[in-house]
Amino acid sequence: MTARKLDYSIFTFLIAFGILAPFLFPNFVTQIAVMWMMILFASSWDTAGGQMGYNSLGNITFFGVGMYISAVVQVGMFYDVAEYTASFGAIKPVFTDAQYYKGLVFGLAAAGVGAALISIPIGLCVLGLRGPYFAIGTLGVAVAVAELVSAWSYVGAGAGISMPVYPGPAGEGSLVFYSLMFVLTIGCLFFLRWLYSTQFGLAINAIRDDEDKAEAMGVHTTLYKSTAWAFAAFFLGISGAIFGNMIGFIEPLEVAFPTATFGIFMVAMSLLGGKGTLWGPVIGAILFHIVKELTWSYMEGMQWIALGAIIIVNIVYFQQGLLGWASDRWPAAFGLIVDKSMTADDRDGDAREAAE
Amino acid sequence: MTENIIEVRNVSKSYGGVVANHDISLDVPSGKITGLIGPNGSGKTTLFNSVVGYHPTDGGSIKFEGQEISEKRVPDIARLGMLRTFQQTRIYSKMDCMDNMQISVSHRGRSVFDMFSSRKGEIADRAEVLLEFVGLYSKRNLISGELSFGQQKLLEFAMALMNEPKVLLLDEPTAGINPTLINGLIDRLQRANEEFGVTLFVIEHNMRVIMNLAQHIYCLAHGEMLASGQPDELQNNQLVIDAYLGAH
Repeated sequence: MTARKLDYSIFTFLIAFGILAPFLFPNFVTQIAVMWMMILFASSWDTAGGQMGYNSLGNITFFGVGMYISAVVQVGMFYDVAEYTASFGAIKPVFTDAQYYKGLVFGLAAAGVGAALISIPIGLCVLGLRGPYFAIGTLGVAVAVAELVSAWSYVGAGAGISMPVYPGPAGEGSLVFYSLMFVLTIGCLFFLRWLYSTQFGLAINAIRDDEDKAEAMGVHTTLYKSTAWAFAAFFLGISGAIFGNMIGFIEPLEVAFPTATFGIFMVAMSLLGGKGTLWGPVIGAILFHIVKELTWSYMEGMQWIALGAIIIVNIVYFQQGLLGWASDRWPAAFGLIVDKSMTADDRDGDAREAAE
Repeated sequence: MTENIIEVRNVSKSYGGVVANHDISLDVPSGKITGLIGPNGSGKTTLFNSVVGYHPTDGGSIKFEGQEISEKRVPDIARLGMLRTFQQTRIYSKMDCMDNMQISVSHRGRSVFDMFSSRKGEIADRAEVLLEFVGLYSKRNLISGELSFGQQKLLEFAMALMNEPKVLLLDEPTAGINPTLINGLIDRLQRANEEFGVTLFVIEHNMRVIMNLAQHIYCLAHGEMLASGQPDELQNNQLVIDAYLGAH
């Protein structure tokens, strides 16, 4: 099977599952919506983290920023935001159906674009850092933004914002947000697959392998790095907006900027599946989410230990993740070509042939 | 054409108390092959680094096609059309050879939208032609980090050609290469110069190579310009011989 065919088979499977899941597992619609979000987390993290070699611990920033932008847009289009948040939910403003949907559409769009725009100045500051400094720098950004939002009374500070309530019957809302999350994630995967097939994909891979060399070859490294980060921020921003509406109430520390949970999960999921590949993060996210939901349900009190154990086994035994491990073991199945004739001793012999 | 594509005037560079280059001036004529020799530690690579903008100089002027570039940074200079290869070969080791070649296309005068151009078509064809030129066509789909050192050097050279530079600065192109490969490499360097019209500026320790290759050679010692001239003049220059044999 060619790589192209395999990709389309996986897409077909994911799309079929996404359409059928609400009918097959009607009690788990929200959990599966979160699974799509986890896939988006891992895949969008991998754009900078895996493909470009910039391991960010702060991508969650854009998730929260998107969530807050959509809240402000959805409320602000019809009411005064400061008055709304100052009342701590005492005012229950009524949104007509038309107002709600209009607000939602503009809110999601603004969340994506806004998060991407905000990622650019942040990127210009932190993307000059490398290795562990970049990781810590981005973590600092996430923590700082969460603190700033917690102190900003216009957006409700630590008390958060109640999102407009979905106008339809109960149960319908979760299907709507499920569908939005599903479509966004599949859209993101198609986009990334295309992105990695262009010169852009090669450029960020080159930055991962040797950034100084890429610079010496005239690649606009800063432009590529900030664009790659902005793409991730765009998708994360929209996912944050959908998640905020799905939860119904947003606040900075636990919902919008959960650095120690979602923020770390996106890294752990990519590493688990295999960073730097299109499907590794997807596999990692699905596995991770299933294990997490199962341990949360059946191993109450032990769930963090179980997750920690997975991460340790992953880091110690499968550093390249499941896909990386599999492609090392069965390279031919992944379309990698290995020159079996070449061993350390006769490499020079090969080189001589090559030269002649 | 005999004008100088690179003009270095009175360039100095110190690292702390170590004077790596002192008051160096030289010219690289367009379309020719110019050599740079000197004992270890004489400041050759420092001079290369200054020319391509890897670090700021302490003083002096460096001109590329008449334009002052001593204040410019590496990627800007690369986009003007001046590239260097590294003494310790640098390739994108986790990508295959074709990908290494395709990302090395010139970024001179390209627009933002070219960032997302497809890899098929003209770029891929040219990558194959150049891999054939350096003799790596049969290895084109291998991960480049798995090639031997010599093959990686050839790949780096092909990547540089892919970028269509006007000048290529080569830092010891034959170091670490099997002696049987060296003749093939000299031939390819000459063909790159003649057929593709790339001006070459070469650091080389192998005297047989540089004497055959270069039309004009500069010799550095202790960070200063010791001598310059035609290959045969330099071979008989007592200062150069002394510098290499350690007479002072």
